Amino acid sequence: MFGLKNTDLRLLLIVFVLTMAAPFILNPFPTESGLAQFNAGYPDLMQKFVIFGIFAIGFNILFGLTGYLSFGHAAFLGVGSYACVWMFKLLGYNVVPGILLSIVVSGLFALLIGVITLRRSGIYFSILTLAFAQMSFALAYSVLSNPKFNLTNGETGLQVYADDPQWFHSDRLPDLPHLFGLSMRATHKMQLGAWEFQFNAGYYMCAVIMLVCFYLAIRIFRSPFGLMLRAVKSNQQRMNYTGLNSRPYTLAAFVISGMYAGLAGGLLSAVDPLAGAERMQWTASGEVVLMTILGGAGTLIGPVLGAGLIKYFENIFSKINESVLHQWFGFLPDGLEDFVITLIYPFVGKGWHLTLGLIFMLVVIFLPGGLIEGGQRIGRALRGKKASDAGKSASTEPAE
Amino acid sequence: MGILEVKNVNKRFGGLQALGDVNLSVAENTVHAIIGPNGAGKSTLLNVLVGKLIPDTGSVMFDGQSVLGRKPFEINQMGISRVFQTPEIFGDLSVMENMMIACFAKRDGAFKMQAIGSMWSEKDVVEKAEHMLESMNLADKREMHTASMSRGDKRRMEIAMCLAQEPRLLLLDEPTAGMARADTNNTIDLLKKIKEDRDITIAIIEHDMHVVFSLAERITVLAQGTPLVEDTPENIKGHPKVREAYLGETQVAA
Repeated sequence: MFGLKNTDLRLLLIVFVLTMAAPFILNPFPTESGLAQFNAGYPDLMQKFVIFGIFAIGFNILFGLTGYLSFGHAAFLGVGSYACVWMFKLLGYNVVPGILLSIVVSGLFALLIGVITLRRSGIYFSILTLAFAQMSFALAYSVLSNPKFNLTNGETGLQVYADDPQWFHSDRLPDLPHLFGLSMRATHKMQLGAWEFQFNAGYYMCAVIMLVCFYLAIRIFRSPFGLMLRAVKSNQQRMNYTGLNSRPYTLAAFVISGMYAGLAGGLLSAVDPLAGAERMQWTASGEVVLMTILGGAGTLIGPVLGAGLIKYFENIFSKINESVLHQWFGFLPDGLEDFVITLIYPFVGKGWHLTLGLIFMLVVIFLPGGLIEGGQRIGRALRGKKASDAGKSASTEPAE
Repeated sequence: MGILEVKNVNKRFGGLQALGDVNLSVAENTVHAIIGPNGAGKSTLLNVLVGKLIPDTGSVMFDGQSVLGRKPFEINQMGISRVFQTPEIFGDLSVMENMMIACFAKRDGAFKMQAIGSMWSEKDVVEKAEHMLESMNLADKREMHTASMSRGDKRRMEIAMCLAQEPRLLLLDEPTAGMARADTNNTIDLLKKIKEDRDITIAIIEHDMHVVFSLAERITVLAQGTPLVEDTPENIKGHPKVREAYLGETQVAA
């Protein structure tokens, strides 16, 4: 079905069920319980999960398949964000033109940067992309926000003001981003016993788009084009001496992944119409590299998992502060309690980066294939060595 | 008029004259060996032929067209395939995928954007790849990653990929370097069979005289960047200049 093999179709279905049921799955703890702070099923965070999932899926098409490590993909995310907000400012709050323009603009931008940076490979390519992203950041942050020509609104961030034209805006439409009248903020809350589940329009729109993106990524992975991209990663010398021109292949992969990033940027603006230059900073570029490697570069679902894990840490783990720890360890004798908290405190709350760094190190050292490899190993151990085939469903091997 | 015509090719690396006035004509459908001691310019000449190096002067014509200034992939698409000294294959892809890449390159040329359809639904490519693997005795390894193959199998894989492109000229750079005797003999037999089965010109650079004298119909001896003699194997064997420049007394075992 959909031109997919059974294993891929199963994977797509699993992702479909998980994203559609995410408001339930991510809210396992009752609202009043002490563990409720670990619930991730609120719109803001769920939107981030799927949007950064799109970002990582696209990045993986470039990095996972061709091995070209771009360190400047946040530039496309930022360009997409700005493009979308500009559509809000000019046309009105309907998200469709904004999202479409963000894909187009970031694609063109990726074409321009790709033509220049892909003249080099390896570390030089990474440095060139980093340089371009930092230039874009500097442009957005200061150069392109002067009173005469204000494209980005600098430090404040680009947003919609009351005196913006918004040609197609009418009074019966929501005064916030909407999809043909359906506000992105519209949330249906469902009470089920002690639990509360939230169904948010913005989340579901992003989730559907992510599913489409994921489906397209599977098709690309399995296509002749995807095979050529893996050939680029494997041996460019042999590729050239097999009569294949690797440059247009890598450029196409670069542009496609740039468009994915732009789409993610556009969606960020669609759910929250404020685009800031910090989205283009090198830390944001590094984040998507972490997501992809953490989840498993070159695998289909890995980058999405990586994106989810990092966003969970950033938003949930970082909320554990000292008073929460005191609550948890209150049962210990006073001296011991303070001691334990002193030990743990650097790793939680604002120190979440430290824990993430440790996890990242452990994954890279012991599971070079990312979380996916971990899952495969566990699966294999459970089912015994013979049944190892099924665990491959998420890997890049064409399960023949 | 040979299929490959090299005329007055010069190449300098700084003070070193790597190639000096090289003239070479490879006749169609022959096996032509290029031999010479270390540093004679064999590899430089090969790199000129495939577009990796551009000579300072001279011309290289393949089938009446100049190859100079073209990129390696363009020269390959003209019909020249190269086998490397250490097998260059796609190590982390499977045998079948390796072969399919070569078949796609033959069918679709240097670049074609087919990003949506599955590669396995390209029936003609799949069939051709399977047929090639079959004929090269690699079919039972089709799911294997090529990186874990034996040296001899890797060599066979690389030659098979080159053949899948149906080249008119196959360039081999010391195809048996570092191989055990048995593997070397297998490779000789393989190349003989390839030559028998199809119209193909083979140019081979080789150190191993056993290989050269088993295969070659013409031999060019290079020394210090210049062709010394070109003749049939029988005449080369006894040629005093060749003995002096290259073979040495101990190596004439063949």
